[in-house]
Amino acid sequence: MISASQRLWRTSPLTYVALVMAALFSIYPLYYMVVVSTRTLDSINDVPPPMTPGGAFGDNFGRVLDNEAANFLTGLMNSIIVSSVVTLAVVLTGSLAGFAFAKLRFRGRNILLLSIIVTMMIPTQMGLIPLWGMMQTLGWYDSLLAVTVPFLVTAFGVFMMRQYATQAISDELIEAGRVDGASTFRIYWNIVLPALRPAAAVLGLLTFMEQWNSFLWPYAILTPENPTLQVSLSFLSYAYYTDYSQVFAATAVGTLPLVIVFIVFGRQIIGGIMEGAVKS
Amino acid sequence: MSLSATTAPPSPAPPPSETPPRRRGSLLNRLDMKYSPYLYIAPFFVIFGVFSLYPMVRTAWMSLHDWDMIGEKEFIGLDNYTALLSDDYFWNALGNTFGIFALSTIPQLLLALFLANLLNRSMLRAKTFFRMAIFVPNVVSVAAVAIVFGMLFQRDFGLFNWLLSTVGVDAIDWRNQTWSSWTAIATMVNWRWTGYNTLILLAGMQAIPKDLYEAAAIDGASQWRQFWQITLPMLKPTFLFVVILSTIGGMQLFTEPLLFANGSVIGGNQREYQTLAMYMFEKGIYNLSTAGYGAAVAWAIFMIIVLVSLVNFLLVRRSAK
Repeated sequence: MISASQRLWRTSPLTYVALVMAALFSIYPLYYMVVVSTRTLDSINDVPPPMTPGGAFGDNFGRVLDNEAANFLTGLMNSIIVSSVVTLAVVLTGSLAGFAFAKLRFRGRNILLLSIIVTMMIPTQMGLIPLWGMMQTLGWYDSLLAVTVPFLVTAFGVFMMRQYATQAISDELIEAGRVDGASTFRIYWNIVLPALRPAAAVLGLLTFMEQWNSFLWPYAILTPENPTLQVSLSFLSYAYYTDYSQVFAATAVGTLPLVIVFIVFGRQIIGGIMEGAVKS
Repeated sequence: MSLSATTAPPSPAPPPSETPPRRRGSLLNRLDMKYSPYLYIAPFFVIFGVFSLYPMVRTAWMSLHDWDMIGEKEFIGLDNYTALLSDDYFWNALGNTFGIFALSTIPQLLLALFLANLLNRSMLRAKTFFRMAIFVPNVVSVAAVAIVFGMLFQRDFGLFNWLLSTVGVDAIDWRNQTWSSWTAIATMVNWRWTGYNTLILLAGMQAIPKDLYEAAAIDGASQWRQFWQITLPMLKPTFLFVVILSTIGGMQLFTEPLLFANGSVIGGNQREYQTLAMYMFEKGIYNLSTAGYGAAVAWAIFMIIVLVSLVNFLLVRRSAK
């Protein structure tokens, strides 16, 4: 006889059929991106459309590199710089503030934390137009500063680090450091930061992905001559929409590194997203 | 475990050997305890204040002006907002945004609910694989999604039209009609976000106590009934969270329609798929002389988000009774 709980969570073959189909739908466009990026241009126009990768990737990507108007390599470098700097800063500022909110006592702590949580619900586009004007005033138009500095802190980062620090770091540990006469910064650096490492890694990965994929603001404030990767891709796709294999080769190069990172760290990233959902 | 803590050298304070230096250290220590927390949270508040909060307030201020970004600014009160009410392009963008929002959110959340319910079975094999596979679209940038789907929806040799042709349907010019362009754009949104929402809903489902189900099963309730009577009611807070998140994203939809239109902020020849965010961009960034009007569009988007979220909140609360 089957127990009640087993019957309850039974998985029929149909479950797998549905999940496999969902997985196929999720993966197919990525696979298709690889197919087009490795095919010669004329084989793309075939009917029925090609379904297997070809051997023309080198040629296709070569056209991207030769394409001076696309500034693809500049975009790639810019994206690496911006995403890395922002990720490092978000993890540091987030863990520092998160530590303060979780483990230090100070006047106004609760109300300040609440204000941070409220800001998470504010749509990001709200300040776009004045921010654009501000960048002109600062002389940051078309500068990487414009796409870096405003993003060095995130409410999500502070909140996530605060949640993790609250449960992962015991007060005794902090107290022990204090009895030894360590400053709060030393406690942060030597005790808290190492203990926050798992959550910091997830926050870092999420931040890096978000920055790497960010579009609207870089698009508004950077020029095609000094783009981020995504901005470069967009201009490439406008100008060369007939040369799909070139556009797709660039898109694949911009996308697949992140997909590989995700495959390696997917368990942690998914864990982080699901944990965050339950808490908020 | 606390060994590393006890061996850590006390950096600014002198070594704690005698009593007098220890007292000096404790004064420093008290100052440190009292004020350094503010120092640690300051980076967030300074940068957020300058680059997020201030621009938002300034958006409100700008929206009360006939504001030329590179020229004159004249205070005109609420004129921008009254002009908005009789602006056909604004209503068009509003309709497009809601149309695409409905086509993307409703099927997407139903599908996510279905998939989360499947992934929630405890005997399921290859759990991690399925979760990762379903989530992987969210890792792909919106620009890349728009480029890939832009080709899939291509008129002459796109995959969707080829699939349709195999069942005898004529090629559709996806970019040329309202409903077809909405469908194509909504498909991009659905592809990128269904997996994300599935995982959030799954997390909510896993937080439901298992003994509720066991008790129901002993009472002879079918799986379907358990889903309606236990899972859905208990999932309400998570569902509301997902809906509000989708609302915030959906009302700000920009990149997919922009790239689908090959970079035209107008969104199709007849503005078939110009969204509110695109209209804001058109008025505030492309035409710097109407920045004040663009700012009014920005605040309109914000108020719409608040309104839609509020309606959702009330609906979910009422159905909880």
